[in-house]
Amino acid sequence: MSHDHSLNPETMPEDPAKATLEGKNKFFGLWFFLGGETVLFASLFGTFLALRNSTAGGPSGEDIFGLELVFLMTMLLLTSSLTSVYAMYHMKNNDFKKMQLWLGITAFLGIGFLGCEIYEFYHYITDFGFTFRSSAFGSAFYTLVGFHGGHVVFGISWLIALMVRNAKRGLNLYNAPKFNTFSLYWHFIDVVWVFIFTVVYLMGKVG
Amino acid sequence: MDNTNTNSFQKQKNKEEMKKQLITFVLMIGFTIVAFAIVATNAMDKMFAVPLLLILAVVQVGFQFYYFMHMKDRGHEFPSVMIYGGVFAAMLTIAALVAIVWW
Amino acid sequence: MSIAAAQKRGFGAFLWDYLTTVDHKKIAHLYLVGGGFFFILGGLEALFIRIQLIAPENDFISAGLYNEMFTMHGTTMIFLAAMPLLLGLMNAVMPLQIGARDVAFPFLNSLGFWLFMFGGILLNCSWFLGGAPDAGWTAYTPLSAVSPTHGVDFYVLGLQISGAGTLMGGINFLATIVTMRAPGMTYMRMPLFTWTTFVTSTLILFAFPALTVGLFLLMFDRMFGSAFFDVALGGNSIIWQHLFWIFAHPEVYILILPVFGVFSEVIPTFSKKRLFGYTSMVFATMLIAFLGFMVWAHHMFTVGLGPVANAIFAIATMAIAVPTGIKIFNWLATMWGGSITINSAMLWSLGFIPSFTIGGMTGIMLASAVADYQYHDSYFVVAHFHYVIVGGVVFGLFAGLHYWWPKMFGRILNEKLGKIGFWLFFIGFHLTFFIQHFLGLMGMPRRYWVFLEDQGLDTGNLVSTIGTFLMAISATIFLINIIYTSVKGEKASADPFDGRSLEWAISSPPPYYNFKQLPLVRGLDPLWVEKMDGKDNLAPAEPLGDIHMPNSSILPFIISFGFFIAGFGFIYQTDHQAWNFAIFIGMGIALGSMLMRSLKDDHGYHISKAELEREAD
Repeated sequence: MSHDHSLNPETMPEDPAKATLEGKNKFFGLWFFLGGETVLFASLFGTFLALRNSTAGGPSGEDIFGLELVFLMTMLLLTSSLTSVYAMYHMKNNDFKKMQLWLGITAFLGIGFLGCEIYEFYHYITDFGFTFRSSAFGSAFYTLVGFHGGHVVFGISWLIALMVRNAKRGLNLYNAPKFNTFSLYWHFIDVVWVFIFTVVYLMGKVG
Repeated sequence: MDNTNTNSFQKQKNKEEMKKQLITFVLMIGFTIVAFAIVATNAMDKMFAVPLLLILAVVQVGFQFYYFMHMKDRGHEFPSVMIYGGVFAAMLTIAALVAIVWW
Repeated sequence: MSIAAAQKRGFGAFLWDYLTTVDHKKIAHLYLVGGGFFFILGGLEALFIRIQLIAPENDFISAGLYNEMFTMHGTTMIFLAAMPLLLGLMNAVMPLQIGARDVAFPFLNSLGFWLFMFGGILLNCSWFLGGAPDAGWTAYTPLSAVSPTHGVDFYVLGLQISGAGTLMGGINFLATIVTMRAPGMTYMRMPLFTWTTFVTSTLILFAFPALTVGLFLLMFDRMFGSAFFDVALGGNSIIWQHLFWIFAHPEVYILILPVFGVFSEVIPTFSKKRLFGYTSMVFATMLIAFLGFMVWAHHMFTVGLGPVANAIFAIATMAIAVPTGIKIFNWLATMWGGSITINSAMLWSLGFIPSFTIGGMTGIMLASAVADYQYHDSYFVVAHFHYVIVGGVVFGLFAGLHYWWPKMFGRILNEKLGKIGFWLFFIGFHLTFFIQHFLGLMGMPRRYWVFLEDQGLDTGNLVSTIGTFLMAISATIFLINIIYTSVKGEKASADPFDGRSLEWAISSPPPYYNFKQLPLVRGLDPLWVEKMDGKDNLAPAEPLGDIHMPNSSILPFIISFGFFIAGFGFIYQTDHQAWNFAIFIGMGIALGSMLMRSLKDDHGYHISKAELEREAD
């Protein structure tokens, strides 16, 4: 049982993220957490679906949603999912520089997504007077999409903290699990977004 | 375990895995475009559009879980159990909030 | 911390040790102390309720205060007493039972405890700050959304914080059981208490997020002007009821399953037989958990979901009786033909079986949707859930505490006091709650401040109150027992009860690293297997080597304290904007400490082989 965490490229374990007990724990812990998150978002989706027609005379989804922006946001987030896969690919090949590069692109795409979302909310509030308080639909919309946005903010902060902290010391068995759990979390955010663009925007547009 | 000899083999394996993931990504983008196109062009009646959109989303999410998040790989039995458990609880929650809230 | 630090220290060092500990055994002590404190608090609230109802039209407490009492009694007992006490037992025992040195995430374990503690304190601060929550422990909207004092705000924030702690605990136990079982400890060799811990943690994982969302929605409605439950803006109150019960029904199984595990340990040990039907017990536990998710709407039969929904949920509810019945019969069959020792732990287990079965039977009665229209919101319901929660969970907690006390604290609880306590509680419990079935059937509604004279309710209520005092005396005796034991109690050997599972293979209390060498498990009831082979302990599965241990940390305490401050900010920012600073400061402390935790490497430390060798066996 060795607890030496340094990583030699020549003796690279097959999957550095799960080579230690700590790594395995993190891996399972994060997956179980995602199981709980599934229910968390299901509760929010359920609330949204129950209240999607409760516009109280205010604007409905059909009135305000613009598909172009949502499509752009979707592309940004889907691509960021792929870039984090690339980062994990380079982690398995023990290429730290390339991993950091792809993670950087991931963060960049995530920030782009967030910028679009802020613009979107701003647009609804100023141009349509559609706020968190206008109707039960408004409350449910901003809560669901906002919770997802909050997860994106948390994910980006997490990623930046990881990248900055480990910038100078390269990959080892201590931080590989951390990068891996981040990437799983990031994919899950993408999963939630797939349902948001389908259920909230596309189904909202269909009526 | 001596990894020095398996390293290039491992690299090759990772590369093939990456290729699969790239194909997955292309499919996902395709599905997304189809979904948006259905809505943007008003091609279908609501009756067909909504179930189709949901199916596209579920398949796409399946790709995410099984390929991007490696749920198809060995050692992912418990993660699968917990995700499916969460999905089970999630379905019940959504069904209740959709079906027995207003009447 | 090394062995040298285990010498005699001052009180300050002792306190610091507990504030910073990440050792699952010490966190178990913290949970027991915290849960015990809130148990006493909830018990006092129960006493106030029963004194108020001792006679018709009593005016011991005012109507408003009565509402606060029953709300806080329910909330405290469920969230702040029963669950933490169970988490305490799990923390103390589960890692030992699977042969692990600690849990998967020791830091999170500590964070979970402190979040619970600060959440509980925040909730109870409401007593001194303008009134406790008064909308019932279920906090149904629209009442809870418009309740004028800050009481419900404290409910929302207090439960949100402590709920986050519980969720962490659940994930932690799951990861621990999956990754840290000793060599040879396959899933189907795990003791039943470990199994129920595992299944309970799954329930926590899937049930608590629904509560989290429900509380957020209520918080947004009360503090930030959203309209989820505001009918004028298209909101819907039923959403709260669904979200709450989607959480709260699994919650009752979160409470009962661990004590099923406790009984499945106590009964075989004191019957000198292996547990009857081990496999069926495991699958019954899973089945209960599975069905437990599909029955929440039986709390909502009178809401008007319609006959189809009601019928589905009624049948699903009745189905739960099957796996529960399997368990009851398995316990009976375990005792059949066994060589039974009757001591306190066993008395609580024996008392549990009929008491809980009565609660189960009334459960089946309530499951019938048509009949439920009569029982709903009456004392019949109150009697039912106290039979399952007190007759099940509290009995189980006492059984577990008597059984594992020597393992946790190194001394055996006094048997005489234990037996007196049991009989007082058992009689008091049935006096209090059995009569409530009939009070309910005679039409007494729950949550009413007073009842009128000469409606046939006077004697029943008097009897019920007398019973409550017997339970209070019994609880006091237990406290005396704890004090007596810690001063004069008999020192426990490693295996005082001739136990069967791994925790009895190491000293009482265990060393802080638990197992010097991880044991090799050769079957179900691993210690018993070795005893039958004429050995006194398990063979080690590894050579003696360095042991990796986690470092202590004060950060969990600081993070929780930050959320505590932010909680006050959220509650009072509706009165004055200046309170937003409390939010920023609190969140700053919490998030800053989290950042510090992730930026600063924490590799833990090693106990060297030499140091371990020096220690006497």
